[in-house]
Amino acid sequence: MIGHFLKLEWKQYFRSSYWQKSIVLNVFLVFFALLMVVNFLSLGVASFFLIEEQMPGKDPLKVVNSFLIFAVFGDLVFRYLMQKLPVMNIKPMLILPVKKSKLVHYVLGKSTMSFFNFMPLFFYIPFAIVLIGKEYNAAGALGWLFSMIFITLASNFLNFMINKSQIAFGVIFVILGGLVAVQTLEIFDIASHAGVIFDTIFNQPILVVIPMLLTVTFYYINYKQLRNRVYLDDVVSIKTKEANSADLSWADRMGDVAPFIKNDIRLIWRNKRPKTVFIMSFIFVLYVTIFFGNETYETKMPAFLIFASVFATGGFALNFGQFIPAWDSSYYKMLMSQNIKYRKYLESKWFLMVVMTSFLYILCIPYLFIYGLDEFLMLTAGAAFNIGFNSLFLLYAGSFNRKRIDLDKSAFANYQGTSATQFIIILPLMGLPMLLFWGFSSFFGFNAGIIAIAAVGVLALLFRNYFMGLIEKKYINNKYAAIHAFDQKA
Amino acid sequence: MIQSINISKKYGSAEVLNIESLDIPKGESFGLVGNNGAGKTTFFNMMLDLIRPTTGKIVNNNITVNESEEWKTFTGSFIDETFLIGYLTPEEYFDFIGDLRGMNKADVKSFISQFEEFFSEEILGKRKYLRDLSKGNQKKAGIVAAMMGNPQVVVLDEPFANLDPTTQIRLKKILKTLTEDREVTVLISSHDLSHVTEVCERIVVLDKGNVVKDIQTSEETLKELESYFSV
Repeated sequence: MIGHFLKLEWKQYFRSSYWQKSIVLNVFLVFFALLMVVNFLSLGVASFFLIEEQMPGKDPLKVVNSFLIFAVFGDLVFRYLMQKLPVMNIKPMLILPVKKSKLVHYVLGKSTMSFFNFMPLFFYIPFAIVLIGKEYNAAGALGWLFSMIFITLASNFLNFMINKSQIAFGVIFVILGGLVAVQTLEIFDIASHAGVIFDTIFNQPILVVIPMLLTVTFYYINYKQLRNRVYLDDVVSIKTKEANSADLSWADRMGDVAPFIKNDIRLIWRNKRPKTVFIMSFIFVLYVTIFFGNETYETKMPAFLIFASVFATGGFALNFGQFIPAWDSSYYKMLMSQNIKYRKYLESKWFLMVVMTSFLYILCIPYLFIYGLDEFLMLTAGAAFNIGFNSLFLLYAGSFNRKRIDLDKSAFANYQGTSATQFIIILPLMGLPMLLFWGFSSFFGFNAGIIAIAAVGVLALLFRNYFMGLIEKKYINNKYAAIHAFDQKA
Repeated sequence: MIQSINISKKYGSAEVLNIESLDIPKGESFGLVGNNGAGKTTFFNMMLDLIRPTTGKIVNNNITVNESEEWKTFTGSFIDETFLIGYLTPEEYFDFIGDLRGMNKADVKSFISQFEEFFSEEILGKRKYLRDLSKGNQKKAGIVAAMMGNPQVVVLDEPFANLDPTTQIRLKKILKTLTEDREVTVLISSHDLSHVTEVCERIVVLDKGNVVKDIQTSEETLKELESYFSV
């Protein structure tokens, strides 16, 4: 029986769209995953020696232990946001002669095979090995290691018990925030007190039974909860949200493009992925604070400040624009059989990008007072470049999009719709302003660099209608290919 | 109204459609019948310029569909639920289509109110997104949207599938009134022989992409079709 399940899993994995993606993307994803593994692994191997060197006289194990409490709660927060119990997978099996208890065990068992449970191992295992190598008590190190593994698993099952309850999440988040606040404000030294718990486990390895029992208990509670709820109208159901229609009639003033604008607003607001893109664009405004005022960038690598400036106001245009027209892929056929002018459709997308970029630019105004005029001019040039050049370029690049997007999937680590196009277009989008700045500023000074970027933006804007015509033609030529491609479900 | 001239579609070496000539006069209610893979949806998709013919062309009211887009102004269609915008409520969807078809909010409202019976309180005012409706209710919304803006040509692929019996009967009534004054040309495809013979005055049977029968509907048509398909 288990063999059958495993075979299905195998097929699901290798026949998923994940493997059928472009080579470039796969290479990129594998590279990213390896990077994470290497990060954790090197941290696991090196942290002992690093702590020994940086904090002489302190026991590295105790230092690590004192941070574990934050790691545990932080892990729970991440899990809440990103990890979901794959109950839907068992739907096709409900009517087959398989015991429901077995299905529940299977789902719970499968959840342990998650990225979240493996990543910590890359830290804990090498760290424990180093401990033993450094002639710490081997039994203690093993007890500590297994305790950590059980705590990870317990978090795994605890997350499913919470089952997306916002109250429970709030509690965890407040605890984590409280711990961090209390620690950093030096009200109370949580770290060393909580660290004692883990120190004790090391000294009394038999205590590993506590996290073990915790894991078993959480597993059992999950099992009990699920076992009687494996019904289509219960856990194996797709939750539907009640529709709420905001009045968007103010958009009617925008004339021909109004119906599309209204649609796009609803698209962004009612679907997970575009909504995340929207919210993230505000975070990009804060992104510049990493670069601005940083000595290294300010003096040695000002081109990177341009990079940050373009990103600050372009977060929305870049992330939304690169998937035009794939956002509409699920009903693209309908749009193509309606009496619409491609031009209007494209203009509505352009309008959206420009309005959002302008809005984000307004949000950047405080930087004028925080960092000074030069930085603000950079942001201004970046905004001009985004409005003029990038918006049109993204529309043009969009005509090459051949990947469907399911709007409802979460945006985290979601590469659906991504293809080599997305990597290639980033070059001119981000690279061109950096290059312009670098070229002009090194020969003619800072102002020339800024003006060069802004000029490209303004020029593109002046010739907008001409470029729009070209883009429109491109889209019309690619119409059938796009319809065909968007029809291919993952 | 619609002329299909020498139209064919090949994928690689496999030919999925080959129709020498097909003429659908204005005001006709035209039915397309055939087993799975006979080419019905392919034909409709070509009529809507969603896929290109390998050879030949389709002319809709003197407009060659893959050369000009003018046919869109007078052609309404519903092929499948991918024609719906899942994240809109039915009302918002009708408004959107109405906007594209030059109707104002009041026009849309009065148009939709004609179909209250057809919707049988399942569609309007339910505070549900289209993606959360059942297949049958999605179909109802799509069919009504296809009739918005006084189209002269209405194309419906499998309109009866997934509908409950009451709605099927109501749909037949709607389609009959639509073609009553012979202004609107209606093209439908169906697997249900009795529905299609009841609604359509002419029935074309496709088999593996070829026209094998072209019948003006009469008393005997249903029997004829049944005996054809029972082989």
